[in-house]
Amino acid sequence: MLNKILKKRILIPDRVSELTIYAPHIARNARPGNFVVLRLTEKGERIPLTIAYKDPEKGVIVIVYLVLGKTSALLDTFGQGDIILDLCGPLGKPTEIRKQGQVICVGGGTGIAAMHHIAKGNYEAGNEVLSVIGARSKDLLLFKPELEKISSKVFVATDDGSMGHKGFVTEVLLKCLKENPDVKEVVAVGPVPMMKAVAGVTADFDVETVVSLNSIMVDGVGMCGACRVSVGGETKFACVDGPEFDASKVDFDELMMRLNAFKPQEELSMELFKKKTG
Amino acid sequence: MTKKKKTKIKPRVSMPMRDAVQRGRIFSEVALGYDQNQAVAEAKRCLQCKKDTCKTGCPVDVDCKSFIRLVAEENFQEAFKVIKDTNSLPAICGRVCPQENQCEGTCKLGPTGQPIAIGRLERFVADNFYARNSCEQETGFMECILPDENLKVAAFGSGPSSLTLAGYLSARGVKVTVFEALHEPGGVLVYGIPEFRLPKSVVKREVDSLKHLGVEFKCNFVGGMSVTIDELFAEGYKAVFIGVGAGLPRFMNLPGENYVGVYSANEYLTRVNLMHGYKFPEYDTPVPKGNNVIVIGGGNVAMDAARTAYRLGASSVKVVYRRTKGEMPVRLEELEHALEEGIELEILASPVSFSGDDHGHLKSVLLQKMELGEPDASGRRRPVPIDGEVYELKTDMAIMAVGTGANRVLTQTTPQLELNKWGNIKADPSTGETNLPMVFAGGDIVTGAATVVEAMGAGRIAAREILRRLK
Ligand SMILES: Cc1cc2nc3c(=O)[nH]c(=O)nc-3n(C[C@H](O)[C@H](O)[C@H](O)COP(=O)(O)OP(=O)(O)OC[C@H]3O[C@@H](n4cnc5c(N)ncnc54)[C@H](O)[C@@H]3O)c2cc1C
Ligand SMILES: Cc1cc2nc3c(=O)[nH]c(=O)nc-3n(C[C@H](O)[C@H](O)[C@H](O)COP(=O)(O)OP(=O)(O)OC[C@H]3O[C@@H](n4cnc5c(N)ncnc54)[C@H](O)[C@@H]3O)c2cc1C
Ligand code: SF4
Ligand code: SF4
Ligand code: FES
Repeated sequence: MLNKILKKRILIPDRVSELTIYAPHIARNARPGNFVVLRLTEKGERIPLTIAYKDPEKGVIVIVYLVLGKTSALLDTFGQGDIILDLCGPLGKPTEIRKQGQVICVGGGTGIAAMHHIAKGNYEAGNEVLSVIGARSKDLLLFKPELEKISSKVFVATDDGSMGHKGFVTEVLLKCLKENPDVKEVVAVGPVPMMKAVAGVTADFDVETVVSLNSIMVDGVGMCGACRVSVGGETKFACVDGPEFDASKVDFDELMMRLNAFKPQEELSMELFKKKTG
Repeated sequence: MTKKKKTKIKPRVSMPMRDAVQRGRIFSEVALGYDQNQAVAEAKRCLQCKKDTCKTGCPVDVDCKSFIRLVAEENFQEAFKVIKDTNSLPAICGRVCPQENQCEGTCKLGPTGQPIAIGRLERFVADNFYARNSCEQETGFMECILPDENLKVAAFGSGPSSLTLAGYLSARGVKVTVFEALHEPGGVLVYGIPEFRLPKSVVKREVDSLKHLGVEFKCNFVGGMSVTIDELFAEGYKAVFIGVGAGLPRFMNLPGENYVGVYSANEYLTRVNLMHGYKFPEYDTPVPKGNNVIVIGGGNVAMDAARTAYRLGASSVKVVYRRTKGEMPVRLEELEHALEEGIELEILASPVSFSGDDHGHLKSVLLQKMELGEPDASGRRRPVPIDGEVYELKTDMAIMAVGTGANRVLTQTTPQLELNKWGNIKADPSTGETNLPMVFAGGDIVTGAATVVEAMGAGRIAAREILRRLK
């Protein structure tokens, strides 16, 4: 049945899980960089989530979510056999992947899931992928085995030093860029401060840098303007013009400010949800 | 020459309304509708002119004269048939048509300022539902041909253009599937126009009746993304209609326009209407609440946003418009209602920039004073800035209602489709056909933001042509 959850894999208990959902029409047309918008109940909110993987033959897509507020917490109560009320996609412009040689893919936290789809696309296009992934500690690192299959190298950074470099992904990225002067492109997906820092690092190199922006969305098809971001001084809609943009032109501070627009309401929603579920 | 009758024409029967003070803060419908006595009395005012100019003003050629006569004769069943003959959504049109520019604008009694209340009569007839089933509602006949599963037509978008097309074709034996990007069908009728003007139950009634006729609605399907035109033809669809609307909100590219607190009218209205944000936290989608709200614009969209903000508890709502009240493109009745409810107008003013606090929250707007200069291409006097006259207005929420552009989702992913320089789809006005064979388009995606009844007219033209080609 359409939108049925066929499989749930808990990646980090109570924090990050992966759902395999039956949605053949989305699987058929999805490309790396695309996302879906979903709504769980009649009273629910629409939220965007990246398509982390697809299998058109089986008619499935995979999403990976981080429990953050009401809607993602509610999603976490869903399991195998449950049906997602509304699932719309694929949305957004796909990643522009061309055969160009060496590419660095940077992923932070849950962003690694989305980055993994882009890395795979690059690998399939014949590019050499260098992966740089980071999280607070090694238990929170996602998709490392999958990335190892498609990357010539996977570099790891953790805040607590439990695996790889102790510190930020940007420090690893800097080293990586210095050692690989032929890198053509850097793609980064993760928390906004991380993407901002990545843009700061690559600014000193002659390398194209692309980031995937996670602005607040309502419809996801270009009709509300909630997702607008400033890129090179112009207003762009992340859902139809993006979500990927040239990192050197993105106003990250504005994005962070806009992501906090509904903080008090989001906190209230979560509080009520916790009370209800106990 | 015949002798002119000297009898004085009675004034229009006034529309029963909810009290302005009471209604201004709630979402229930403002205009309550005529009862039977009022409708008959109003219909009797009609002169039954030999040259019934009223009809020429209606984009879908409703035979106003005949249906009004039937109402006067209390033959509502027949009146309904006459209206339905050319207008598939009369309950909606009766409520939202800008009648003063259309049928009532060309009524012989127009110059007296008291034209026949054609819209209200149409609404009366449609609301009281004189059809016995969905087929009769669509065609006037008791039984429709069952849709032939092999004769398939697809429509993208579920606004008035597609709904009209779907009704016309399905009642005539064609299987129609409507693909809608959002989770609910209806287009602007559900996500844009608020409940207090067009109750969602009225739209649902129309959609349900189409379902009974065999129309299939597939929500959450984005044309060009979830399903493409080529895929549809490969699956055996014989024609595709594109009615995806002009939903792309425009901004003015002003400094500070992305501060938290500045919204497009589309976002604001979508959060409130489609997502039921006015019932937050029962519903999950939050709606921004402003205290001193400004709305930029002067059309229906601006007025809908302003009245919505007032209903959500704002203490003051000002509509900032660069010309004067007389030039506002809003439906006259809505402007009157808004003013009665307490909406203020800030005319001859245009925003220059927004300023915010340290958290990026909107604090105030800088407005430029304007005056009216020479008439422009539209015939309206052009607003020109008065040098040096700028002033600041405190505001914590600004809603931009300065127009919308062509929806790009489908056109971006279907590059073969020919567009004009504004990104609207080019379609033959007499058939609706685009440059791609058996691909038709109509409504706002072709004309740019227009009206419900014009979109319906386009849906009907395309439907007729499609039927002609299929049979
Ligand atoms: C294109 C895109 C792809 C994304 N992909 C993923 C993904 O693969 N995995 C993942 O875990 N997260 C992803 N996100 C972020 C995800 O949408 C938010 O975490 C989610 O909406 C939070 O909803 P909530 O109700 O759980 O939390 P809330 O308490 O409502 O919000 C928490 C924070 O999430 C953000 N947010 C809230 N509502 C929305 C909304 N409607 N749209 C976007 N952001 C919102 C805000 O910054 C907010 O402060 C993506 C976002 C975008 C725009
Ligand atoms: C707030 C507001 C108030 C208005 N008030 C009035 C009024 O009082 N009187 C009046 O006559 N007119 C009014 N209008 C204008 C009127 O609503 C429009 O002219 C009319 O709805 C256009 O109809 P349409 O069929 O072109 O499509 P729309 O009603 O615009 O609907 C298009 C639909 O297509 C969907 N869509 C978009 N892209 C895709 C895609 N790729 N695939 C599938 N679906 C897609 C959208 O989600 C939407 O549901 C108002 C408009 C607004 C916004
Ligand atoms: S459809 Fe609109 S314009 Fe035509 S008669 Fe009815 S109210 Fe008037
Ligand atoms: S023009 Fe006016 S008065 Fe004359 S028939 Fe039409 S509605 Fe009646
Ligand atoms: S989410 Fe509405 S325009 Fe992008």
